[in-house]
Amino acid sequence: MSNLISKNLNMIFKTPKGDTVHALKNLNFTIKEGELLTVLGPSGCGKTTLLNITAGFIRPTSGTITLGEKEINGPGVDRGMVFQQGALFEWLTVSENVNFGLRMKDEDPTRTQKKVDEWLDIVGLKGFGNTPTYQLSGGMQQRVALARCLINDPDLILMDEPLGALDALTREKMQSLVLKIWKETGKTIILITHSVEEALLLGEKVYVMAPRPGRIHKEYKLPFASMGLTKDLREIKNDKEFVSKREEILSMIWDMEEEIMGKENL
Amino acid sequence: MITGFLTFVFFFAIVGCILYGRKLIKTEKVDAVFGNPERAQGGLHWVIVGSSFLLLIWLYYSWDMAKSFFPKSANELCQVGKIDESLLSLKYLFPIEERQLKSTSVIETETKNLDKIILLIEKSNEVENQNKNKLLNFVVQTKNTIPLLTDENLLENQTKEQINLITKKINNLATNFIKKDFPYEKPEDETKRIELAKQEGDWGASSTSLDNAVEIPSIPKTRKGLKFQAAAEELNIISDEFFELRNHNAQYATALENLKNEIKEFRSKFNDSNEITSSFAKDILKIARRIEYASIFPPQTLIEMQASIVNFDNLQKKEQGGLKWVDFFLFPSGTIMSSGPSCTEQGSGRWLPKPSDTLNKFALMLNPNVGFKQIPLIWYEMMDVGKIIGFILPDWIADILPGQYPVHNEKGEIKPNFKSRVLNVVTGDFELFKIPIPTGHIWDSFLRVFLGLVSGIIVGVPLGLYMGLNRFAKGFFDPLIELYRPVPPLAWAPLVISVLGIDNFGKVFLLFMVSLSIMIISARAGASGTQLSKIHAAHSLGASKWQILRYVIFPNSLPEILTGIRVATGMCWGTLVAAEFLAGTTGVGFVENVAKKYFQYEVIWITIFIMGMLGLLFDITIRKIIDKTIPWRGKG
Repeated sequence: MSNLISKNLNMIFKTPKGDTVHALKNLNFTIKEGELLTVLGPSGCGKTTLLNITAGFIRPTSGTITLGEKEINGPGVDRGMVFQQGALFEWLTVSENVNFGLRMKDEDPTRTQKKVDEWLDIVGLKGFGNTPTYQLSGGMQQRVALARCLINDPDLILMDEPLGALDALTREKMQSLVLKIWKETGKTIILITHSVEEALLLGEKVYVMAPRPGRIHKEYKLPFASMGLTKDLREIKNDKEFVSKREEILSMIWDMEEEIMGKENL
Repeated sequence: MITGFLTFVFFFAIVGCILYGRKLIKTEKVDAVFGNPERAQGGLHWVIVGSSFLLLIWLYYSWDMAKSFFPKSANELCQVGKIDESLLSLKYLFPIEERQLKSTSVIETETKNLDKIILLIEKSNEVENQNKNKLLNFVVQTKNTIPLLTDENLLENQTKEQINLITKKINNLATNFIKKDFPYEKPEDETKRIELAKQEGDWGASSTSLDNAVEIPSIPKTRKGLKFQAAAEELNIISDEFFELRNHNAQYATALENLKNEIKEFRSKFNDSNEITSSFAKDILKIARRIEYASIFPPQTLIEMQASIVNFDNLQKKEQGGLKWVDFFLFPSGTIMSSGPSCTEQGSGRWLPKPSDTLNKFALMLNPNVGFKQIPLIWYEMMDVGKIIGFILPDWIADILPGQYPVHNEKGEIKPNFKSRVLNVVTGDFELFKIPIPTGHIWDSFLRVFLGLVSGIIVGVPLGLYMGLNRFAKGFFDPLIELYRPVPPLAWAPLVISVLGIDNFGKVFLLFMVSLSIMIISARAGASGTQLSKIHAAHSLGASKWQILRYVIFPNSLPEILTGIRVATGMCWGTLVAAEFLAGTTGVGFVENVAKKYFQYEVIWITIFIMGMLGLLFDITIRKIIDKTIPWRGKG
């Protein structure tokens, strides 16, 4: 079992002025294998910091975070990452981008090509293999980023607002794709988002985080993600329970923002 | 011939394309809005107008149009120039192109000089009063000689007659000059003259040699030219006669003789201690002599002569006829002048070579047997592969082998052994087969730029990437680079060339310095500008440090690196030409520098053209490479 377990995770930054910012305070959580967790929260609540620590790009000030038996101590192939802007390599074609991870492992190119084609098929980019990535639309770029991450077969997929820069229609399609991939691969996924709706739709589990110091404010377990595997996403959005949960979380986040900015500034 | 044809082609191209362009403008609706960028999109017809205009200007100001439409005009203008030259000294006597009569201005100047001396003598503390009076008396005597020259009544009859004779001669020449058969030339003289003129060649630079030959033939080719030349020769004789003439009447001669003797006597009394007094006397004598040798005449004496000179000048101008207008319209900003034995182009035709001459010389220089200074512009030579191998392999390979080099024996023979054979190989002292190798001035310049650039890239790019990724490297190398980079490359040139030699090595090193700093800075900017998310992505895809450098940071910095290469090429090219100016024996810059010393304007323009073309070629090549290698630049 490769669960993600965090124990007393603390992250303290020093600003150039010399002030200290408590980005994360005493975070304790466990994410079971195969769970889809979405993380919500106002800006500055430490969502991205949490993700970067999990990916191993930064080290926590104190506390530990372990994936399975291994403590996370740096970036690794077992944790795949999808960024907001795709972060694709423009100098490579679509299939070369997808193939990047396997190439770094010096795998046999003829065998990997088959795998690449399979994954392009799954994310819906069949026939785009030789296209340069700078000619793709934003949604297609994110599909490439997903395939590039998944082809390495990571235990955990970290998504940092992957759908934030997309238009509404593309966004909906990509949400279905995320659910489909989650179902077919059974991977553990942590997805950070600004959109309450997206968090509810995709998250089997939702963490609402609060700022100053960054902490998990509230935790929900939701049925909508499992429903989304079979039902149409728009139907779910009109579900009564969905609407009431959305309003609850929205007002919670509004309260937090008010606390930060002061009421009159809003 | 061709030039004349081209003139018409260019002219009609300009007119036609302007008309066509104006017609297009009327039909283009988008052009209605001022500021719409589409208005500036141009079109081939405007390019034709621009380049034809430029070429017309070149044809016109290099006087190539004159050469093609009136090929004999330069020769005839040369003869006219001869008349101008001989008339000049005579005209100078009268207020024709001057303000005053020559006599008036001499009297004015010398009177001023004498007044100045009076002041100096009176002020002087070192001249005794008694001597002062003596000196002032000399001044007065000198002044008194002037009226003796300008008095009409004192003018001797002999002098009068001589002046009349000269005037008559000029008038005579004028009457003869307008006659059709002036000068009379025997048929055999005519054939001889035409033969000589043929030998002298046509107007324009020689097409068989790079050296400046006679540009304008001075032997008259036409009857018209001959007329002017003959008149010029006669005028020379007449003016010589006049300038030998002196208006020295008996009274003046006595007065001057007295003055000279008195001053001589006065000066002989003084020894070295009274130098100043003596020198005053000497100065007064000098002025008296200047008055003696200046041709001062009474004011009315030369009036007839002046009229005859003006008359002749007008006649010769009239006799020029169409030539005058050719000179005015087709020889812009200058004309052809005669001085001494030869005629030269003075003005734009001198420094702006004619297109036809330039092409001739270019064709001549391209001939590998001519080239420039026995080195072709660009050609090939057969070189043995052994020499190349010997150049590449370092000589110390032979030295580190075990054993000794062979020693001669008692009979004085040297037996080669293994070690000496290896030495032969590494020094290139053997023959395999020959391959063609490019050579010549253009190739040398190209190779220097190429080597300098490539070595700069090879060292600069890795160093720059390293500096973009590593604190230590940036801190360590930054001061070094920032210290030498702002210095203009040419400021390093004298030092580098004198330390490393005027041959290829010094120049290549200079260019290496130029390209190194540019490459380091661009590679550093490229490396440190890599998006963090891309590096994060590569990390989580399992790439090692080296793989990230090779597959992410390097390709990501390529746009900056290639732009750096483009900039460095331009800088290297500019620096190289200047460095070749400073020292060296080959290269395009060297050619221009030598051509400058011998005023070979055609060659100078050819080198400018070659440099422009090579620079353009470099830039286009690199632009093509950029388009091929980094198509993603500016997108994404």
